[in-house]
Amino acid sequence: MPIPDAEALITALADAMRPHVDPARTALVGIHTGGVWIAQRLQAALGLKTASGAIDVSFYRDDYSQRGLHAGAKSSQIPFDVDGAHIVIVDDVLYTGRTIRAAMNELFDYGRPAKVELAVLADRGGRELPIAPTYCPHVLSLPVAQMLALEKAEDGKLSFRLIEK
Amino acid sequence: MSPVRNTANPQLNAHGELQHLLTIEGLPRDVLTRILDTAAPFTEVAEREVKKVPLLRGKSVFNLFFENSTRTRTTFEIAAKRLSADVINLNINTSSAAKGESLLDTADNLAAMQADMFVVRHASSGAPYLIAQHLAATGRDHIHVVNAGDGRHAHPTQGLLDMYTIRHYKKDFSNLTIAIVGDVLHSRVARSQIHALTTLGVPEVRVIAPKTLLPTGVERMGVRVFNDMKEGLRGVDVVMMLRLQNERMQGALLPSPQEYFKSYGLTPDKLALAKPDAIVMHPGPMNRGVEIDSSVADGKQAVILPQVTFGIAVRMAVMAMLGGANA
Repeated sequence: MPIPDAEALITALADAMRPHVDPARTALVGIHTGGVWIAQRLQAALGLKTASGAIDVSFYRDDYSQRGLHAGAKSSQIPFDVDGAHIVIVDDVLYTGRTIRAAMNELFDYGRPAKVELAVLADRGGRELPIAPTYCPHVLSLPVAQMLALEKAEDGKLSFRLIEK
Repeated sequence: MSPVRNTANPQLNAHGELQHLLTIEGLPRDVLTRILDTAAPFTEVAEREVKKVPLLRGKSVFNLFFENSTRTRTTFEIAAKRLSADVINLNINTSSAAKGESLLDTADNLAAMQADMFVVRHASSGAPYLIAQHLAATGRDHIHVVNAGDGRHAHPTQGLLDMYTIRHYKKDFSNLTIAIVGDVLHSRVARSQIHALTTLGVPEVRVIAPKTLLPTGVERMGVRVFNDMKEGLRGVDVVMMLRLQNERMQGALLPSPQEYFKSYGLTPDKLALAKPDAIVMHPGPMNRGVEIDSSVADGKQAVILPQVTFGIAVRMAVMAMLGGANA
């Protein structure tokens, strides 16, 4: 299976979102770490006025009682008023949907958004919750033993790498 | 056959995760660093509309305070509630212990009420360890114990919040000179601070106190001893004041609070001997005019109130790490 080209997917994702976002009203929230990188790129590509937020879902994960607290948790930062906002949650790869659920739970602790959408670069299948992306330029099917990891080079270029678990 | 001696740290489980927090002594540097790193994102939770995260939802945290404390009990309570735990406060000196119930009977009874965590403050050194040991011996090591101060032994969360505060203002431990000033003899806070500072690699830790308020052999903890405060404060980056523990004072260790203030009270004059950007810390409650001058306590270099705020985040981090460590 060819590994998807992350840079091309960012362009495609921005094109898919452009007709549906209002640069004056829409705000992005990236999920650490890959989602934050993509949100920064989309922010510029779409010319959004509101600075994007970043969320780390470590405190909201549903596997805490099995796996404990995730090491390396980062601060979440939402630099805009969530009440009434049009928010697009941004992540790199959509898989089980559990991270997105955790992110939505966390977001609602900041306020009540008017609308929440989901943008991802790729959907690898394997959903365990009724969650679907609003914007997704690439769909693929990966076995459980593999994961797609987004990496950032020194020059800021993003790329995917296939990891055998 | 000789009995197998268990040399493992009783605070860590088989995976090296923190199971109980009883003392900083003997904890590896990476565990301390992990606690401080974990506390950082919890400071942000306090700034949200909903100041809560769901980690300990459905868990019961029992604050077992066999000795009075307002601040420590309150900050543990806030920390547990911000983790969504149910918190039950027991002031045991007004409760069953007064009727003669033993420490372990109290623990057994609360364990039977499906406790998930005990936060223990006790006048006797080792009481939280005794409870943790008893829980392990009776197959209930899914219940976590946090020491909230035991006798003269340890006050690990205070030591950790102090380390968090130092790292917040000074960024790095490896170039610091730090002075701990006051009643080291009676202070569990000082013991936890010294263990934390030396473990984290602070090159020079000083203790400043009259000889009567220093434990014998304190040098063996890796500190430099000063009896003259002016000499000891020269060039330090951090001044950590201790409370003069009137309630623990027996016999004539001190001439009078006024005399003590003259020699060991932190005044603007004495503070001027430290580095210009030195920070002043105090675990509270402060005795103004005894160990610290009001103008210093309220001055620009004091970080005493940020210590309180950071204390909540550090206690959230500790409880979240314990609650997620499976026995």
